[in-house]
Amino acid sequence: MEIQFFLSLICGVFIGGIAGFLGTLMLSKRMALVAGPLGHLTLPGVALALIYGFDVSLGAFPFVILGIILIWLFEIKTKLPMEALTAIVFAFGVATAFLFLPVEKAESALVGDITKVSLSEVIITIISCLLVFFLVKKVYSKMILINISEDLAKAEGINVKKYNFLYLFCIAIVVALGVKMVGGLLTAALVAIPAASSRNLSKNLFQYTLLATIFGIISSVLGILLFKITSLPAGPLIIIVSSLIFLISTIFKR
Amino acid sequence: MKELILKVKNLNVKLNGEEIIRDLSFEVKKGDVLTILGPNGAGKTVLLKTLLGILPYQGEIFWKPKIKIGYVPQRLPFIKDIPLNVKEFFELKGISKKKTKEILNLVGFKKDFLNKKIGDLSSGQFQRILIAWALSKDPDVLLFDEPTTGIDIAGQKTIYYLLKELKEKRNLTIFLVTHDLSVVYKFSNFVICLNKCPLCQGPPKEILSPGVLEKLYGHEVKFYQHHKH
Repeated sequence: MEIQFFLSLICGVFIGGIAGFLGTLMLSKRMALVAGPLGHLTLPGVALALIYGFDVSLGAFPFVILGIILIWLFEIKTKLPMEALTAIVFAFGVATAFLFLPVEKAESALVGDITKVSLSEVIITIISCLLVFFLVKKVYSKMILINISEDLAKAEGINVKKYNFLYLFCIAIVVALGVKMVGGLLTAALVAIPAASSRNLSKNLFQYTLLATIFGIISSVLGILLFKITSLPAGPLIIIVSSLIFLISTIFKR
Repeated sequence: MKELILKVKNLNVKLNGEEIIRDLSFEVKKGDVLTILGPNGAGKTVLLKTLLGILPYQGEIFWKPKIKIGYVPQRLPFIKDIPLNVKEFFELKGISKKKTKEILNLVGFKKDFLNKKIGDLSSGQFQRILIAWALSKDPDVLLFDEPTTGIDIAGQKTIYYLLKELKEKRNLTIFLVTHDLSVVYKFSNFVICLNKCPLCQGPPKEILSPGVLEKLYGHEVKFYQHHKH
């Protein structure tokens, strides 16, 4: 029982931290909400994982990738705005999932559940988080320059397409991990809120990334502790703690 | 005979099927200050970006081999959304703290600006930071898009005097995009008038006759009046 709690905490620290870190890039690219639809469209994969009892993130990951590819293909083909296509693809994901998702599993699919993670899931989580951490760290300066101006980045000889691809790949992994912790409904909050709180308080890029990561970790740890005390679902508690940190940050906004 | 920096021959640029630049040819020599003049939508910025290699084109663009180019873009509206200080902005392209200090000094920041947040700078200060940023890898050529948009008159003068000074100190070749005629006479030794197709080119005093200017800017006015009826 105590080991189980410890495993959940480790998972929370890693996923919360990496989501906060990546969130700073997504917020500065005005893409913070993209994690929302992507989280929703993982639901068929999550449903499969819950029914057959394998790692939710493993079920979610191929669906995020599929979703990103579909949105990208539709955009080339139809020239419709990205947001409309995202809406179509994610609604399709949700609708499909509810055709076969058993009612008693719906809560874990929608708001996540990391209180029952196994050791192997924790190991996969840690490895994925470290991979994303090093990738994001490697592309960070280039991505910030791309976010400031693609032309400026191109003039500096940066291969914008390559970096955007690496960045989307990182988003896909983090969404798949996030779905396990806070479910399809709340994944956007996991990346958006810590970064937003941090931006309220930061004078520079270093503080921005550091605080976002710390806020992500604190929210997860406190959320899981609150679950332990109250037995309410951990996913929503994590997001509520994160929102409270955001509220406090607005008071101290620079 | 001064060294040739850039040769452009029969340049054509089309974006989304629309012809933006048609059949443009010109040459730039070391130490030239070239002004690209024309009304809004004439293709000035497109020309700069094409020269930078960002946009696809037909025709020939020959830069002197191994030339280093610094680019100062027109606007960077998104930069203020990112908490970024001056030192970090230079770090994005791998410039050391020491070099950043040097280059900031060069553009006239005497005080310590390294830890200033980019979002807190005035537009004049920000423009000087951008010039410094473009100069930080010691380019031979500076491409400068609308240097003084959104800067007050005093600030504009500072920017142009700074450019003049930098040109002399560093032996720069400068490309300016502008629609400010006074700048052209004071700072530039070669002008290209552009309104989709090239209208004229040469030293400003020889080519900028009232007739040419009317042709350059008059088009737009007539077009506008035509639509009103």
